[in-house]
Amino acid sequence: MKKVITYPISFEQIRDLKIGDTVYYSGPMGTFRDSGHARVIKEGLLPQNIDLRNGAIYHAGPIVGKDENGNEYIVSIGPTTSRRMESCEAEMIEKTGIRLIIGKGGMMEKTAKACKEFGAIHCAFPGGCAVVAAQCVQKLIGCEWRDLGMPEACWELEVKEFGPLIVSIDTNGNNLFENNKKIFNERLKNLIK
Amino acid sequence: MINEKQKLIDIIADFAETVAIYLSDDVYKKLNELADGEKQENAKTMYECMLKDLKLADELHRPICQDTGVLQFFLDVGTKFPYINDLKDIIEKAIVKATEKTPLRPNIVDPIGEHNTGNNIGCNTPYIEYNLVPDSSDLTVKLYMAGGGCSLPGRSKVLMPLEGIEGVKKFVYETITEWGVNACPPLTVGIGLGTCAATSAVLSKKALLRPIGIRNENEDIAKLEEEFENELNSIGIAPLGFGGTNSVLGVNIECAGRHPATRGVGLTTGCWATRKGEMVIHSDLNAELLSHKRLKRKI
Repeated sequence: MKKVITYPISFEQIRDLKIGDTVYYSGPMGTFRDSGHARVIKEGLLPQNIDLRNGAIYHAGPIVGKDENGNEYIVSIGPTTSRRMESCEAEMIEKTGIRLIIGKGGMMEKTAKACKEFGAIHCAFPGGCAVVAAQCVQKLIGCEWRDLGMPEACWELEVKEFGPLIVSIDTNGNNLFENNKKIFNERLKNLIK
Repeated sequence: MINEKQKLIDIIADFAETVAIYLSDDVYKKLNELADGEKQENAKTMYECMLKDLKLADELHRPICQDTGVLQFFLDVGTKFPYINDLKDIIEKAIVKATEKTPLRPNIVDPIGEHNTGNNIGCNTPYIEYNLVPDSSDLTVKLYMAGGGCSLPGRSKVLMPLEGIEGVKKFVYETITEWGVNACPPLTVGIGLGTCAATSAVLSKKALLRPIGIRNENEDIAKLEEEFENELNSIGIAPLGFGGTNSVLGVNIECAGRHPATRGVGLTTGCWATRKGEMVIHSDLNAELLSHKRLKRKI
């Protein structure tokens, strides 16, 4: 059976999840890339149409098209590299109270520590699978900070059973990708003299 | 002439749309091979998701990945190709058209002003490289969509000559395990070996543009390609860094004679959805799509 996390995300919903688990998410979420994080952390701004406390953010910058009536819709929306946001994600978690961060690949020690301290998780959506992701978007609620351009703006979405999401950092601060890297580096030692 | 120019714009915009929505034959074939050969359960699920994405992109006529990249063109221009004077203008107009129509994601950010230009055109962008082909009246267009995530591991370095091929391996493998895991593996890997950082980087991009499965004509380099491929696969970073049976779709290497005092190495990586294409346009404006023959698509 699908394990679905729903909004508002209580600590209890994510507490027992372990790295490597597959989950889905239903509820509102905002897309945040480098510039979106800067708006929150450096300028103290927040999106107007969704609440981040006990909510979710998605490291992504969609292609947004217009239908025949001129209404915007999400064409493709795969994840972007989460590691770019490593320098500021811990502060983002502390300031906004988000519990679910979705992105691509892993994040590092500082984020893992914040996930443990504040009760949040990072999940990886399969990179590049942007049409699969778009199919999970039920509604485009709104958009903040259009001046940042299409990729960097904050797109406010309502998603249903968004996933598959692989837990990459759990609430105990365990880190799937960093663990994997250790395994890969061990194998690497056999190849380089 | 105006009509012909518009036709060329339409052909190149259509070409860009095809590259955004469909993988080239070589990448498509190899990805399916790796998916079929995957033994680990979780890894299989990831490959299934990728193949489902390709199917949906085809059915809904949408770009496979939201990051349609920065468009880079590599042109072999016949010196007798009749529209040689207008190529830059034609390509720019084609990009603007595809950005609006397909649509592609407007990615270009002004490096100083930091604003998004909104139409995928900017200073020195698109990147266009021209190679002259004497006595030909054809134009061969190679297009590469350089995505952000898969461009992040790219780098080049000048090693000491005594570091040898072992030094090249260390540089490439360490970069792949540290950065390649986030770049949507299985990766396409281009390696350039030359004198300085710049030429080695350019060679690595040329290597990446060569179809997977076509080996370097030089036997020694071809052997080296296989060696890199096997060794990288033994690390098992794919799919998507979760770990699996393989790491790469392929490794291509291009070389140039080096200065005795340097050993330049460049590395360019592409993701599982490496989007590239090749097409020939004849002087009568008939176009042949060389990279996506399985589609039987007329441009």
